Amino acid sequence: MKILLILLSGILVNNFVMSKFYGTCPFLGVSKKVSTAAGMGIAVTFVMGVASLVTYLVQKYILEPLNITYLQTIAFILVIAVLVQLVEMVINKVSPSLYKALGVYLPLITTNCAVLGVTILNMTEGYNLIESVVNGVGSALGFMLAIVLFAGVRERLESSKIPKCFQGFPSTLIAAGLMAIAFLGFQGLI
Amino acid sequence: MINIGDILLPAGVLGSMGVVFGAGLAYASKKLAVPVDERIEKVRNCLPGAGCGACGFTGCDSYAAAVVNDGAPTNCCSVGGDGVAKQIAEIMGVEAQATTKMVATVICRGDSDHCKTKYEYDGLMECRAMFLASGGDKSCKFACLGLGSCAKVCDFGAITVENRLVKVDAEKCHGCGKCIEVCPKFVLRLEPYHAPSVIRCRAVEKGKAVREACTAGCIGCGKCAKLCKFEAITIENNLPVVDRTKCVGCLECVKGCPTGAMSGDLNNRKHAVIKEDLCIGCTLCTRQCRFDAITGALKEKHTVDASKCVGCGLCAAKCPKKAIELVK
Repeated sequence: MKILLILLSGILVNNFVMSKFYGTCPFLGVSKKVSTAAGMGIAVTFVMGVASLVTYLVQKYILEPLNITYLQTIAFILVIAVLVQLVEMVINKVSPSLYKALGVYLPLITTNCAVLGVTILNMTEGYNLIESVVNGVGSALGFMLAIVLFAGVRERLESSKIPKCFQGFPSTLIAAGLMAIAFLGFQGLI
Repeated sequence: MINIGDILLPAGVLGSMGVVFGAGLAYASKKLAVPVDERIEKVRNCLPGAGCGACGFTGCDSYAAAVVNDGAPTNCCSVGGDGVAKQIAEIMGVEAQATTKMVATVICRGDSDHCKTKYEYDGLMECRAMFLASGGDKSCKFACLGLGSCAKVCDFGAITVENRLVKVDAEKCHGCGKCIEVCPKFVLRLEPYHAPSVIRCRAVEKGKAVREACTAGCIGCGKCAKLCKFEAITIENNLPVVDRTKCVGCLECVKGCPTGAMSGDLNNRKHAVIKEDLCIGCTLCTRQCRFDAITGALKEKHTVDASKCVGCGLCAAKCPKKAIELVK
């Protein structure tokens, strides 16, 4: 039951982009097309899931026994950077076109605060291994949901008549804000 | 006391984590290596590597790949400029991209019928000689003297003199710039061969002064800048300046110019035509049109009002079914 709760909380209630405002950079940067946004979402999901797993192990079996938990941030960043590199290689091998579309935002997952955020939250919330991974995957699915929905909104915005002063980023930011309000509606779910 | 172990331990832990991860990545990169055209690497090394995306691609890497794989132009990197474009062209074994064809254009319409004279000249029939006599006999000090010094130096016979005003045949002009060097009045300028509209006056004076000297001059009223729906025209020093990157060639400025100083080929103006069999009634084009020239409800065939259409081509570019054609 708790697992389900964590998953649902990550996807809807405590959506990383929409209620915690983590990972806004790729959210605005790669949300021009639904297909690219979905690719980004999958990459982030993989990184966040595996990062949750590995950072949990690093924390429990390396940092805590040696009493050097203050190295948490730098050790976690190391793990995330390695995973992103791996994802980059895999995507380049499997789908060069997606690799091309994601461009600079792919290596930038490393500095995506959503990824570091979820791994550190796992520790402060005191989740066990399974809960950590579920929370990581859930949060990432929430990110993917938000970015894919938002890409759909932006595709529509592209071809609609917008007053000149709102064209481009202003309208995008307003749309993001409205979407965040919509996600606020999930607040009472849990 | 500092315990040396407190420093070495975390350093050792992080270091060994780094080594393990590094080894893993090295193995993975061997396993997952993608064969890359070595020219991509070479082109990539020429580029600044800032990944700014000014070229229109997502970063230096993707631009380098696009140059090699898809034959993208070699001169897109505005950060690296000409130097980089040259290097890339060398690697790709192509000639550095030719720029758009430029032709000498007369920036004056003040022939004898339009521009008054201030005195009677009786000397060597040579622009530069006449220029010495108080800047020539034309009332406007920016006017073409129309004695044909430029025509004499032109190797291609592209310049003729008509009614005290030179004329350039754009078909014959090679854009060598010899005529520009010789003109004492600087009325010749290189403009793109396909430039839809060109301001043909360089009198920077206020409208009244221009009007007193010449009836064909630009009075700097700014009507063209107001008419331009693409913000391509700005008024600087009482003269319009056309931003060629923004101009779409709708010729609204030419049509609206009260003096005719903004010149362009209005007779061959294009207009959009919708192929009825291809139109699906998506209304994308009606929303694109800034001149309200396209009418039609959703799911019905759209029609173009030829009297309103200016042939800017915005609709044709957006039409998902390629149902819009620009015709003369």
